[in-house]
Amino acid sequence: MNALKTFKIGGVHPEENKLSEHVAIQSLPLPKQVILPLGQNLGAPSKPIVKKGDLVKVGQLIAKGESFISANLHSPVSGKVLKLDDAMDASGYRRPAIFIDVEDDVWEEGIDKSDSIVREITAGKQEIIEKIKAAGIVGLGGATFPTHVKLMIPDGKKAEYLIINGVECEPYLTSDHRLMLEKGEEMLIGIQILMKAMQVDKAIIGIENNKPDAINHLTELSKNYAGINVQPLKVKYPQGGEKQLIKATVNREVPSGKLPIEVGCVVSNVGTAFAVYEAVQKNKPLIDRIVTITGKAVKKPSNFKVRIGTPLLQLIEAADGLPENTGKVINGGPMMGKSLSTVDVPIVKGSSGILLMKQEESHRDTPKVCIRCSKCTVVCPMGLEPFLLSKSAKLGKFDKAENERIMDCIECGSCQFTCPSNLPLLDFIRLGKNKVGQIIRSRK
Amino acid sequence: MSQFTISGSPHVHGDDSVKKIMYTVVLAMVPAMLVSVYFFGFDAIRVLLVSVISCLFFEWIIQKYLIKGPLTINDGSAVVAGILLAFNIPAGIPWWIVVIGSLVTIGIAKMSFGGLGKNPFNPALVGRVFMLISFPVQMTSWPVARPLFAGGFTDAITGPTALGILKEGVGAGKTIDQILADPAMPSYIDRLAGNMSGSLGEISAIALILGGLFMVWRKVIDWQIPVTIILTVFVVAGVFHLIDPQHYIDPTFHLFTGGLMLGAIYMATDMVSSPMNMNGKIVYAVGIGLITIIIRLWGAYPEGISFAILIMNAFTPLINNSFKPKRFGLVTKK
Amino acid sequence: MNDVLLFTLLTLGLLGTVSAVILYFVAQKFKVIEDPTIDMVDEVLPKANCGGCGFPGCRNFAEMTVKSAKENQSLEGLNCPVGGNAVMKEVAAILGLEVQEQEPQIAVVRCNGSLANAPAKSTYEGPSTCAFAHNLFAGEGGCPHGCLGLGDCVASCDFDAIEMDPLTGLPVVNDKCVACGACVKACPRGIIELRPKGKKDRRIYVSCINEEKGGVAKKNCSVACIGCSKCFKVCPFDAITMNNNLAYIDPIACKLCRKCVVECPTDAIIELNFPPRKVKVETTESAPPAVAEKSAEKSENSQNDIQA
Repeated sequence: MNALKTFKIGGVHPEENKLSEHVAIQSLPLPKQVILPLGQNLGAPSKPIVKKGDLVKVGQLIAKGESFISANLHSPVSGKVLKLDDAMDASGYRRPAIFIDVEDDVWEEGIDKSDSIVREITAGKQEIIEKIKAAGIVGLGGATFPTHVKLMIPDGKKAEYLIINGVECEPYLTSDHRLMLEKGEEMLIGIQILMKAMQVDKAIIGIENNKPDAINHLTELSKNYAGINVQPLKVKYPQGGEKQLIKATVNREVPSGKLPIEVGCVVSNVGTAFAVYEAVQKNKPLIDRIVTITGKAVKKPSNFKVRIGTPLLQLIEAADGLPENTGKVINGGPMMGKSLSTVDVPIVKGSSGILLMKQEESHRDTPKVCIRCSKCTVVCPMGLEPFLLSKSAKLGKFDKAENERIMDCIECGSCQFTCPSNLPLLDFIRLGKNKVGQIIRSRK
Repeated sequence: MSQFTISGSPHVHGDDSVKKIMYTVVLAMVPAMLVSVYFFGFDAIRVLLVSVISCLFFEWIIQKYLIKGPLTINDGSAVVAGILLAFNIPAGIPWWIVVIGSLVTIGIAKMSFGGLGKNPFNPALVGRVFMLISFPVQMTSWPVARPLFAGGFTDAITGPTALGILKEGVGAGKTIDQILADPAMPSYIDRLAGNMSGSLGEISAIALILGGLFMVWRKVIDWQIPVTIILTVFVVAGVFHLIDPQHYIDPTFHLFTGGLMLGAIYMATDMVSSPMNMNGKIVYAVGIGLITIIIRLWGAYPEGISFAILIMNAFTPLINNSFKPKRFGLVTKK
Repeated sequence: MNDVLLFTLLTLGLLGTVSAVILYFVAQKFKVIEDPTIDMVDEVLPKANCGGCGFPGCRNFAEMTVKSAKENQSLEGLNCPVGGNAVMKEVAAILGLEVQEQEPQIAVVRCNGSLANAPAKSTYEGPSTCAFAHNLFAGEGGCPHGCLGLGDCVASCDFDAIEMDPLTGLPVVNDKCVACGACVKACPRGIIELRPKGKKDRRIYVSCINEEKGGVAKKNCSVACIGCSKCFKVCPFDAITMNNNLAYIDPIACKLCRKCVVECPTDAIIELNFPPRKVKVETTESAPPAVAEKSAEKSENSQNDIQA
């Protein structure tokens, strides 16, 4: 047997803890109220087009993405717009949001709510992109980059491969895994739609081999879909990083500071592919997503299909409540997720999972001095020297940090994960990236 | 409800810690310690104990009364320094010299730079070289190895090391065949197992390699540094041996005598004073190998690995600045 | 033996002479002619190299003053905040100019969200830098505009003029402050402002920069400015402006009448170094603790310490 493919430099192997791996996706009951932050996508926030007191239906457009990198937002419920006000979102800050009180479950006309699979793709290239744009689809892996922007290949560039990210290298999270198992067929149609939109004839689904059931299932299914191949990958974090995934699957290196299209690749998440299927074949905008709720103290780690805007607390209650000794609530996985200060936030398009950590798991050890063991350099998947970047940023030597390519850092956290001295390496690198970014912008 | 903790990602941590690394190194040195006790008996235990205890003591007293910082003597780094220092000195040395050596190791080479992680040179080697220059007689009075259960405890007899015999022989103009015929010269098997005179820890190549493999397995050291050093020494010595076999001894002799194994596996791989990335580490290791063999073949001292490592330690910052890891996506493919 | 000595002496002597000659000519050739007044000005500057004047160091400031004096016959826009009027007068005297007196300034921390006033709702764990924590979350107290209490301002100060009060978790400016503005730049939330020191060090200012709606702000912090405009209405000198649910007192227009301080329902307006009020005002329930200085010393700390 030949060695499994993976990316070449760096990488770590955190404990997987896929607790909810075998729990089928359930639908979460409708919430009483939804809160929809306007900035759910990367880029400019959407502009609201409803006002207080308006009656909305499920799937109705309520906020428009107007600038180039922006996405539409649809009402995930039917009911009355309560107010437009600031609400705490996962960033910990209060940002503008639309509040809707839920009444019944009335859907917009033209949306196919059934589970029947529509296989035939009738839409043309332009129509597909328009539909995806209208449906407000963003990258569901967590980066929430508007998908339609990704599909518009700039002039002079040619996409050769569509790479589908089914890696789910973050520990604990299982939403993509379950989706691949339960909605494999739909996902493959979604991939075909994406291929048609970009006019590529090769698609590769990268899956880490800790999910053999998903690999087998999709390999079997993909026999009926020309051009789609499943590529099992060795388990290694951060394989789900765009650049690492391209390196692992087609062995190309995205040049520093460039986008994947530079090497003829476009990367999309499995969840996004499924959302694309629903948007194009079923006219259903992005109003729900699969969210994993998990953690060692959680009684029922599960995967839920959740309407966007549902209060996080309701999701936690569906998993049998907030455990007594919860010390940290993380939006996302343990490696790259954001810790929340309160459970009073809504589920947004980018929430792939909620991780509740026990009190004893949620504290860092006291940082000690750097013993120059160079483990951070070894595990950095971007070939950087985290200890140096961190130190430069700490001392305010931002020009040095920039020369050492601090902006290449993908913030995967491998360095801090591995540091035997428990140094907050990534914290300072983030600070440095922020400052260097400001300096670069001010130079222009 | 208790308050949630907010911190930047990642929210999990690998199970590595400084303490763990240090005690893995200590564990890796156990085979060599046992061999030294076997061959040098009670003297070996005495030197090891004096060295470790005084290193711990000096670290504690300096942290407590001079630096007044947090006490970190239980992180194991002083224990490692103490054992390594003991490994580098002959078993018959008076105890007070060991204490002075420990003071130099901990006080000058480590704590004066700010403690763990800040020292530019390998502390144990600084201590060793200091002792070698200050107490040349005691530091080169190597007791003859005598297996523990072979013939009771008589007064230790001292004898030259294999490298010393070689250096003296070559200096006296003898050919290699004549030197090897010297009755004091240990046989191949003895050299491998450690049945020869020398410093505490350097005698048994097998025990050292065993510990080295353990550390590589536990990912405490990279195999590249020791292998490159040994390869460099082997190649250079081999080339000269091929040119003139009567003046230059065969390269395997160099590998299993003196402190090469100890230096290459335990000293050169010291995290603090070695370069931070693989490219740099290779350059550093080649440098150590070259300087070692140059000193051994043409230098005044029979053994050169300590000096070689210290010299390359001095180059480490330069190497760190000049050799960078392979960046992802730096070279555009065409 | 003597030969060796002689030879050595001769060689060294010769080498020395030759080098001296070469050095002399090189020094002549590359001589930099600098206005001696620059040195004189540099001499009287505080040499803190703090950058408070807007130049990288004191030498650059000296060069700029000399240049400005030559070209414009004035020192307009040039001020050494550290040396203050005394130094600027000396500088002006050297250059034969008059200098306008600048009112001395001091850094003011416009947040009173102490541990008691804005209780922590979460626990931060990580490096003690405000710049990082600011990007991470709103702060332990929950106020997105409030002081994070991690001391970037303290680290930025070259004059030991600002330190953290462990009781309140807020930075305190002491009278070593020279208004160089380093902390103003260091604070990622723009909480610190340079304000005139005021007569007899008396100052009145709004100790809050929260622009959220009153209810939201008040929920996080009991002494937040809730934008009620009461102070705005009561001010007889039009010194208070209301913007984004936030009152701001213009230090120049303010005549220190203290009417607003009494009016503020959340005690967000702070008065400093005033004598105790007359009994008449003392009865007002919302009067700040400055009234009974001795008895209420503890509670006063949190306010006066901000600038004391």
